[in-house]
Amino acid sequence: MTRKSILFTLVALIALILVPLGQGNYIIYVLTSWLVFSIAAMGLNLTLGYAGQISLAQAAFMGIGAYIAALITLAGYHWVLGWLAAMGGTFVIGLLLGYPALRVQHHFLAFVTLAFNTLVFLVLRNEDWLTGGSHGLVGMPRPNFFGLSTGTNLEFYYFTLVLFVISGAIFYWIVNSPWGRAFKALRENPVRAESLGVDTRRITLLAFAIGSAFGGGAGAIMSPLVQFIEPGSFAFIHSLKILLMVVVGGAGFFFGPILGAAVVILLPEFLRFTEGYYLMIYASLVIVLMIYSPSGLIGAGQKLYARLRPGRETRKDMEKGAQL
Amino acid sequence: MSDSVLSVRNISKSFGGIHAVRDVSFDVEKGEVLGLIGPNGSGKSTLFNCVLGQLRPDRGEVQINGHRVGNMRASRLNKLGVGRTFQQLSVFPQMSVLDNIILAGQEHHGNMATRLFGPSDAGLTKEADQLIAFFRLEHLRDEMAGSLSYGQQKLVDAAMAFMAGPSLVLLDEPAGGVNLTMLGNLRERLETYNREHGTTFVVIEHNMEFVMSLCTRIIVLAEGAIIAEGTPDEIRSNQQVIDAYLGG
Ligand SMILES: Nc1ncnc2c1ncn2[C@@H]1O[C@H](COP(=O)(O)OP(=O)(O)OP(=O)(O)O)[C@@H](O)[C@H]1O
Ligand SMILES: [Mg+2]
Repeated sequence: MTRKSILFTLVALIALILVPLGQGNYIIYVLTSWLVFSIAAMGLNLTLGYAGQISLAQAAFMGIGAYIAALITLAGYHWVLGWLAAMGGTFVIGLLLGYPALRVQHHFLAFVTLAFNTLVFLVLRNEDWLTGGSHGLVGMPRPNFFGLSTGTNLEFYYFTLVLFVISGAIFYWIVNSPWGRAFKALRENPVRAESLGVDTRRITLLAFAIGSAFGGGAGAIMSPLVQFIEPGSFAFIHSLKILLMVVVGGAGFFFGPILGAAVVILLPEFLRFTEGYYLMIYASLVIVLMIYSPSGLIGAGQKLYARLRPGRETRKDMEKGAQL
Repeated sequence: MSDSVLSVRNISKSFGGIHAVRDVSFDVEKGEVLGLIGPNGSGKSTLFNCVLGQLRPDRGEVQINGHRVGNMRASRLNKLGVGRTFQQLSVFPQMSVLDNIILAGQEHHGNMATRLFGPSDAGLTKEADQLIAFFRLEHLRDEMAGSLSYGQQKLVDAAMAFMAGPSLVLLDEPAGGVNLTMLGNLRERLETYNREHGTTFVVIEHNMEFVMSLCTRIIVLAEGAIIAEGTPDEIRSNQQVIDAYLGG
């Protein structure tokens, strides 16, 4: 990490600590769900932004994680156990789904994961005995840690912030390890990566499973946050929402999905005063952004920075297809 | 045949009606520098890709260091000590030159666990820097590979093939787009590798001067079949080769 990015991280952290102070319950709740979705989007960023595999099932993994954590806490065990089980469970399910699914790529993989999301939704809705069907599960307790309660919304915000920082640190560690290098190589040139000894099949599967586990982890926080979960919260449309966060923020950038989640979750709140028009304004903004900067807000920021302080950039004249 | 690093037996490959490679057999001994030449479309790259598991040949068998490599994945082959380049430039454009080179070595060190929990450079920065210096790319070490010129990227591409200390290296047109001075460099580098590490080479190249001065033996392909084989001097004076390829 450079000194500049350490400084930036510190300032951001302090801001995150200060921002909910003096705010009402609703704002704090929105901020908390922003952090939760940031964790899920981080996972998708690993799969999509770093390893280059599209997944439209991140909400399903959140759902699986949320239900696992809910069932475990409702059975009287501590939430931490539920969190670990949610991540472990979604990691394994990610492997099981990925093993056959990752043989197809690009839009085929999108279809397979889309179907999986629908399947998960149906199972959650139809298996009443386990999931409560369309009534869902209610009354998940908010955990205590050595006498520290997370009962109030502000307490729960800080609890989520801690988990957010832990998840971010794990993510940072992974993408900066040799695994992360292999993920990027997979995204940029899988054939070359394979010829250099990267077992691309295994590395693809791992990226997918780890990304899914972040979704599961986020779901496990969702359970005690809303204290009521039902299948509709994890339907396919929410996978699209998480995808939008990653793309709007900037896939492949560490802070991209966090920023993206802020835009997707907070912007509608800011635009609320426009009443019926907010969806239209919101959609137009996203379209303009995608036209101007396909690499999202962070990409747009970098473009601006490059204009102010020109440096070396990736050449456009030697991209795939125009090489020889 | 037991001594061969690479042994190719009766390889054929067609694409629809095109017989890209027809019944090609040859052996490469340890420490040899074999040149593979022939007109455009004579099947050189296709032959490489059949040997290296990138394409599945219709017929025939390939052995590397005595292992049959029939359906072996390219990553497994690489772990057996085979380095290669592709005819198309293949670097990782959004990664630094250093990261490109480290990637080329990291899968040969430690295991999945050490690659996650160990140092982020897999302990390879020093080795990578040596290789970068060997290819005289020091000043570009921290640049994104995608921002380099074509010839520079070509050198990074070639360097990657060496990072894992291969015993056999297959290069598809390493000289294409590389300037004359650098070309001399490149030849010198390959010769040094060959001398110091006993690395065996198979090189596809259209630059005759490069091939003739580098290789100890040359195979000529035309329309997918071997039409001549011999020392550079024998090839230069072979009438069939002159007619098919070298021209006048
Ligand atoms: N994937 C493919 N599908 C169809 N035809 C192919 C394919 N790959 C190669 N060919 C054909 O096989 C023949 C041999 O191609 P190859 O690339 O091996 O030639 P080459 O000797 O490497 O030529 P060059 O010197 O131009 O690189 C050509 O006629 C080519 O059109
Ligand atoms: Mg070729």
